[in-house]
Amino acid sequence: MLIELCKPLDRKLLRDLWAIKGQALAIALVIGCGIGMYIMSRGMLESLQETRNAYYERYRFADLWAPVKRAPDALLEQIATLPGVRRAETRIRAGVILDVEGASAPITGEIQSLPEKPTPHINDIVLRRGRYFDPQHEEEVLALQSFVEAHGLGPGDHLYAILNGTKKKLTITGVVLSPEYVYAISPGEIVPDKKRFGVLWMNREALANAFDLDGAFNEAALLLSPGASEDAVIERLDTLLKRFGATGAYGRKQQISDQFLTNEINQLNTMGRVLPPVFLLVAAFLLNVVINRLIDTEREQIGLLKAFGYSGVSVALHYLKMIGVVTLLGIAIGMVLGLWLGHGLAAMYQDYFKFPFLLFSAPADVYLIAIGASLAVAGTGTVSAVLRATRLEPAVAMVPPPPPDYSRSAAGLERLARWLDQPTRMILRHLYRWPKRAGLTVLGIGMSMGLLIGSSFSLDAMLYMVDISFNVIDRQDVTVNFVEPRNLRAVQDLLHAPGVMAAEPFRAVPVVLRNGQFKRREAIVGLSDNAELSRVVDTALRPVPLPPDGLLLSDKLAELLHVEAGDLLRVEIRTGRRPEVDIPVRGIVKTYMGTAAYMNLDSLNSLLKEDIAITGGYLLVDSQHTDALYRALKNTPVVSGVSLQEQAQNAFYDTLQESLGTFVFFNTLFAGLIAVGVVYNNARISLSERGRELASLRVLGLTRGEVSYILLGELALLTLLALPLGAFLGYALARGLVYSFNTELFRIPLIISPATYGYAVLVVVLAAIGSGLLVRRRIDRLDLISVLKTRE
Amino acid sequence: MNTVDNAAFRAEGLTKVYGVGESKVYALRGVDLQVPRGEMVVLLGPSGSGKSTLLNILGGLDSPTEGKVFFGTRELTAFDDRHLTLFRRESVGFVFQFYNLIPSLTARENVALVTEIARDPMAPEEALALVGLEPRMDHFPAQLSGGEQQRVAIARAIAKKPQVLFCDEPTGALDSQTGIVVLQAIARVNHELNTTTMVITHNAGIAAMADRVLQMADGEIQDIRINAEPCDPAALSW
Repeated sequence: MLIELCKPLDRKLLRDLWAIKGQALAIALVIGCGIGMYIMSRGMLESLQETRNAYYERYRFADLWAPVKRAPDALLEQIATLPGVRRAETRIRAGVILDVEGASAPITGEIQSLPEKPTPHINDIVLRRGRYFDPQHEEEVLALQSFVEAHGLGPGDHLYAILNGTKKKLTITGVVLSPEYVYAISPGEIVPDKKRFGVLWMNREALANAFDLDGAFNEAALLLSPGASEDAVIERLDTLLKRFGATGAYGRKQQISDQFLTNEINQLNTMGRVLPPVFLLVAAFLLNVVINRLIDTEREQIGLLKAFGYSGVSVALHYLKMIGVVTLLGIAIGMVLGLWLGHGLAAMYQDYFKFPFLLFSAPADVYLIAIGASLAVAGTGTVSAVLRATRLEPAVAMVPPPPPDYSRSAAGLERLARWLDQPTRMILRHLYRWPKRAGLTVLGIGMSMGLLIGSSFSLDAMLYMVDISFNVIDRQDVTVNFVEPRNLRAVQDLLHAPGVMAAEPFRAVPVVLRNGQFKRREAIVGLSDNAELSRVVDTALRPVPLPPDGLLLSDKLAELLHVEAGDLLRVEIRTGRRPEVDIPVRGIVKTYMGTAAYMNLDSLNSLLKEDIAITGGYLLVDSQHTDALYRALKNTPVVSGVSLQEQAQNAFYDTLQESLGTFVFFNTLFAGLIAVGVVYNNARISLSERGRELASLRVLGLTRGEVSYILLGELALLTLLALPLGAFLGYALARGLVYSFNTELFRIPLIISPATYGYAVLVVVLAAIGSGLLVRRRIDRLDLISVLKTRE
Repeated sequence: MNTVDNAAFRAEGLTKVYGVGESKVYALRGVDLQVPRGEMVVLLGPSGSGKSTLLNILGGLDSPTEGKVFFGTRELTAFDDRHLTLFRRESVGFVFQFYNLIPSLTARENVALVTEIARDPMAPEEALALVGLEPRMDHFPAQLSGGEQQRVAIARAIAKKPQVLFCDEPTGALDSQTGIVVLQAIARVNHELNTTTMVITHNAGIAAMADRVLQMADGEIQDIRINAEPCDPAALSW
């Protein structure tokens, strides 16, 4: 019986939906964007976490790393039996300069030892192609896949490495992945450069021979027992390894690849929490407006249905079905979009994060939450309208509603109205009559603009960050690291290298900084007085002279250690005689990338009770002679690492364009969609409410343009009002994002360029104009004849 | 029939067909008509007789399938949309059955809406005085009765001093007493401004106030009656 009753109503439902198809689709798309973004970010988050955990588990990614200068193999047993340690292994690991046929610049790399035969060990490798090396052949190595492929190499190909001062020709036998290099990045940089960072794995014995570490190791890798305290094990390890030149054990939190991976996961998490609710809120507002209007126009039909004996429940059900159809369409769009975006994102991630496999797959609860949230939001947005429909008395409903009363108007508005023509008065009074809708429309458009600014600003901020980092703070072209600390005279040698125009020394000293319970493994960088290349700048970006004694800490490091200028910091030096001293913090300085502690080179050396020694130099290079310099550096045995600013900067720009560019593109699309959805819906509702009024005006002789002005002028005014709000919301969103992206790795400054505001305004205005044109076409087709005969 | 040069409107062979093939419906079947300047014309006829279609075509809202309409010497049926708008803007006043006032504008502003864009209009206050609504000028439509709203609509229609005034069932939504007040306003405009006036109505009682009564049926003018002595609307009753 009920089904029989519902049938004609369902037919009405389909026809009603068809009549508002444009609006229904706009709402479904807005819901779809929110759901799509949610499924993409939450799904990707889960996929990344799952993949990371499985990968780390299966290939025994270490919990702790303990670098030492040189320790006897026999110490392994003691390490392995420390409380809290599940398993320990030792290895040899060193920085190397690599050279590949055809590459001009020297390549920074690392080399690690592996056991003779493939055995399941800590930080195991994944052999992707080729074979394990043959211990009989000392020149055979395994190499990191991304590096090998970037240079077009493969098993059987050769490359060169300076191993402890001796240049060796090596043969690649296998191409591998490693959980330690999911994000393969050279220390001190923020984006991976596949060509410029290589990792090799070599037979333990062969590597020990090369580095004079027979029967010894220079790094221990450990797995912890479940529930063991990482800090406690680190303390024990550091005590045990103190005699062997330990620079300080560290956990995954300071393992650079894992740090970046965790950072990305956190960003996805933020995105998944912030953006989808914005879309769903807008969708709820749109549904509210559309359903309310529909119930207004169908007032008499509702009265009629009730007069025929349909209950309030079946009337409510009718409208709920309609809301359900639109919402389900949105959910369906969202799922397809989410899967598509998710797979796209997974493919993009595979370029940066090297997993043996990375499949996008969102767990069922992500879909369930998406469906539940959409239905809940749609229901909340429309419940008042539907209830209104159920409460309509048939007798009241069938009488046309009285004309809207505009007599109560604001005095200020009326004073203003005296100076305006009638169409403009109509616009203002209409807005004043429905302030909630006008306000929500302004808010909706503002949100879309805010979203645009909030997502595009990161590009400005990143560019600014890089500009400051490379052109204000670190102005050198090349940074050279020595294998061992050298006498200050080494600067002279650097100055004599081809193309070098200026050279400044630095010394990096491994330390542990301690302030009560807060401690941090760090390197103090000693710089010479009046350093011009790598400079220290204060928070206003003015160069800061190094104080004769005491430390300058970067703002992030000071925050992590909870110290301020003037405080004393316990400094445990982890090299040489390993003195432990209290040093005052003289000032806080600005860095956007990483953390840093600076000191005057002389006072650092006197602290170490050593003659003036340096661990590297910053060079300014004549660009005409870079090739000659690179050749020289590649053949300098004392150099363990070379970083090139320009290449790092280029890699950064490339990555930025690729990843952030895509991100900004989609956000523009989505934000534009919100703007279109809000403006178009508003215009359609206004047209439906005022179509008769506008047609009457056409009959009275107003031109199409004059009539359009009344409707589109209102939209233009709302859009105009939304622009400052959008700028404010964008600023607030950017501020929130800056705050949530503040990590040890990098801090994004809150920089929003005028161009970004301009871009957001442009997108919103274009979206508004587009929607206006769509509605304008309908104004042109207004039926002038029917208005003579019909009452509203 | 009056002479051609005195005609406000002249229609020749007006035919209006809706639909095609089997479902063809003739709204007008070759109507010839002349409306002399300054006359009060009442179109009578049942629903579907074609009177609204005829009025729409004469008022520049619709175009005939066949035939021509002249307004004075100008051929309306040759106008494009822009010229038709201009024609309505400058020469025609419309009064609708359901008033179609703009609810967000006061009575005075509803009239000003038209006078702002007309070439030589009277002041909105003057137009409202003509229909006896001076004291209610600053009220919004929601604050006016049906008859008052219709009188505002008449003031709005005549404020531009149109050459023609079209009224489609102007009393259709009103009780007889209020209807008479509205008809008096229409008659006054017709006399004082010499505006050619065409009134559509179902109501045969209204015919007594017309100079000319056109009786329509089945898309044709079946009878034209000339009242030598049109009566004052006050004397009407229905």
